[in-house]
Amino acid sequence: MENPEKQKKVLLQGNEAIVAGALAAGCRFFAGYPITPASEISELLSVRLPELGGTFIQMEDEIASMGAVVGASLAGTKSMTATSGPGFSLIQENLGYACITETPCVIVDVMRGGPSTGLATNPSQGDVQMARWGTHGDHPIIVLAVSSVADCFSITVKAFNLSEKYRTPVILLSDEVVAHTRESVVLPEDEQIRVFDRVRPDVPPEWYKPYADNNRGVPDMASFGDGYRHHVTGLVHDEKGYPTQDPQEIDQFLRRIHSKISKGFNEIQVVKTFLMEDAEIFVIAYGSVARSALRAVRDARKAGIKAGLLQLVTLFPFPRKSVDTYLRQCRVAVVPEMNLGQMGREVSRVNQSDCRIVKHNKIDGQLITPDEILKHLTTV
Amino acid sequence: MLERAEIVRKEYLRHDKKFPHVWCPGCGNGIVMGALLRAVNGLGLDKDEVVLASGIGCSGRMPTYIDFNTIHTTHGRALTFSTGIKLANPDLTVLTVMGDGDATAIGGNHFIHAARRNINLTAIIVNNATYGMTGGQYSPATPYGSKSTTSVYGHVEHAFNIAELAVAAGASFVARSTVYHATHLEQMITKAIQKRGFSVMEVISNCHVQHGRRNKLGGAVQMINGFKDQSVTVKKAEGMSPEELEGKITIGVLADVDKPISTEEYLRIAGEAKEKADKVTKAKEKNGIKRYEE
Ligand SMILES: Cc1ncc(C[n+]2csc(CCOP(=O)(O)OP(=O)(O)O)c2C)c(N)n1
Ligand code: SF4
Ligand SMILES: [Mg+2]
Repeated sequence: MENPEKQKKVLLQGNEAIVAGALAAGCRFFAGYPITPASEISELLSVRLPELGGTFIQMEDEIASMGAVVGASLAGTKSMTATSGPGFSLIQENLGYACITETPCVIVDVMRGGPSTGLATNPSQGDVQMARWGTHGDHPIIVLAVSSVADCFSITVKAFNLSEKYRTPVILLSDEVVAHTRESVVLPEDEQIRVFDRVRPDVPPEWYKPYADNNRGVPDMASFGDGYRHHVTGLVHDEKGYPTQDPQEIDQFLRRIHSKISKGFNEIQVVKTFLMEDAEIFVIAYGSVARSALRAVRDARKAGIKAGLLQLVTLFPFPRKSVDTYLRQCRVAVVPEMNLGQMGREVSRVNQSDCRIVKHNKIDGQLITPDEILKHLTTV
Repeated sequence: MLERAEIVRKEYLRHDKKFPHVWCPGCGNGIVMGALLRAVNGLGLDKDEVVLASGIGCSGRMPTYIDFNTIHTTHGRALTFSTGIKLANPDLTVLTVMGDGDATAIGGNHFIHAARRNINLTAIIVNNATYGMTGGQYSPATPYGSKSTTSVYGHVEHAFNIAELAVAAGASFVARSTVYHATHLEQMITKAIQKRGFSVMEVISNCHVQHGRRNKLGGAVQMINGFKDQSVTVKKAEGMSPEELEGKITIGVLADVDKPISTEEYLRIAGEAKEKADKVTKAKEKNGIKRYEE
């Protein structure tokens, strides 16, 4: 896959890098509705997509944006939308539709302070649990978080790849700090970018079953218009896609769409570790807070403290295995977040050792500084 | 007619679908479906190239039974999905079936914006003046004074005139028919599909089980015959006063205008943008500069 934004070293802001990543991953459809701090993504794509033969549309609201994104994906085009808290609330309805119809797509939520209109221009991590549970009913979802401009490129590519591979919506959480920070980054060359496209059926159309199980748990996906006429519905359906009331079929279907994600845990659950080998105390962080955490860890090391950082790139499915490993290794885990402990509760939930969990929660619209984290590392 | 009905049954219904359908005996939805299929057949459209989208409601179940590319979306949002499908693959003929509640209550905003935007889509609204599927509550098309499960004392609000709403919102083509006028209905749907731009087909239909029963309008046959008596053609309506038109259903083409289709306009500006961008890239590559490095 050609990276249309190829270059050497460039100065980009997070939102621009998300655009570059999306285009490199093959995204050719965007529908959105303006909102701070995500608007740059729309604006830039409204320029770039037409140039690349793709489609940009500004819809009447985020409900409509999400509907159009799912429609475009069903017609065979990699699609995404980008929004912030208030819009993220509105996309939930059709996000659930993407889950049950197993339609690949990427939703970027550049988090700002909430609830409601909240703090339009301040950073926050308040949408984490909503990203996991925002749409109703038991549903599988993948949630990734970016912490730097470089991440914005590579994790966006990853988000598209996972969505295509597992036929699922993927939510990419950014925050106001990452979105608007300008950094100098080196974007990968074309050949370094791995792009995964959905597996399309190759059986004769009359044999095609759009929701049939296979060893991956991910059915092959036909596009509208390519000869595999089939039915798509938000009702629980059988393997042909028709609504069903049969308890066995219902159970099988709902379990399959969950287990297809658990089958891929190894690939889906991404974490980054810094100085964790001999760490006795560690920070669990994600998003822009992971940047402050890294700095704090380095400063702590200078002061002779054996500190490390576990950065969560995948928030959900929660990377329990990695977290558990380090909870067993260390005596203290510091979990700084720009919310009241939305990931901290996940950490507590999986903790089975006597590692002490120290939560540092900030909701005043200001980012968490390295010093705030360092204070915990030096005093606990 | 019978012969065509047979062709339509054989060619267009999903025989692997676990029939029977969900509709009550005598429901107008079946008549709309038949007219729609005959229209598609008459136009000689390839089944692979037709998408039938719907929202949620009794009318929303229509795509389940038909052998096109079909999608039963969320309540009120069908046109947003259709928009995405059409933009991603402009070669597809995208038809969207909605109920009156679907299209003008929860989906009202999407409906007027689709009309304003003028993408080449066809919307078919089955107006039975009630929320059929959820048990006969009042909808935006329920007439003033009518009884419903949420207006047992009589409805105190006024109904939308759906076709006129579509005209005002800028739809390129707007027509109305009823489930009594099966042949007229087929002709109007044919015109709506043929029209380049956003076209709207309002079909007055019967929900005798919910709306009819509560308002003493009789069974399916009586209600459908009632549509015959109430209907006047657009031409005849022109010579009638507002008082005379009270309680009448105006059938025929209410608007047919030609204006640029946004999908085509987009392709034009995208083509120009691409050409320009390619030139810039080429010039830069010549100088060893790649994009973003300006
Ligand atoms: C968001 C949401 N709200 C409510 C419902 C429940 N619901 C299902 S169908 C329907 C009304 C259908 O009425 P209409 O669109 O007129 O279609 P009809 O059944 O009359 O054909 C409602 C309110 C729903 N499915 N989704
Ligand atoms: S409830 Fe009314 S609209 Fe629904 S199938 Fe029965 S008659 Fe038709
Ligand atoms: Mg109705």
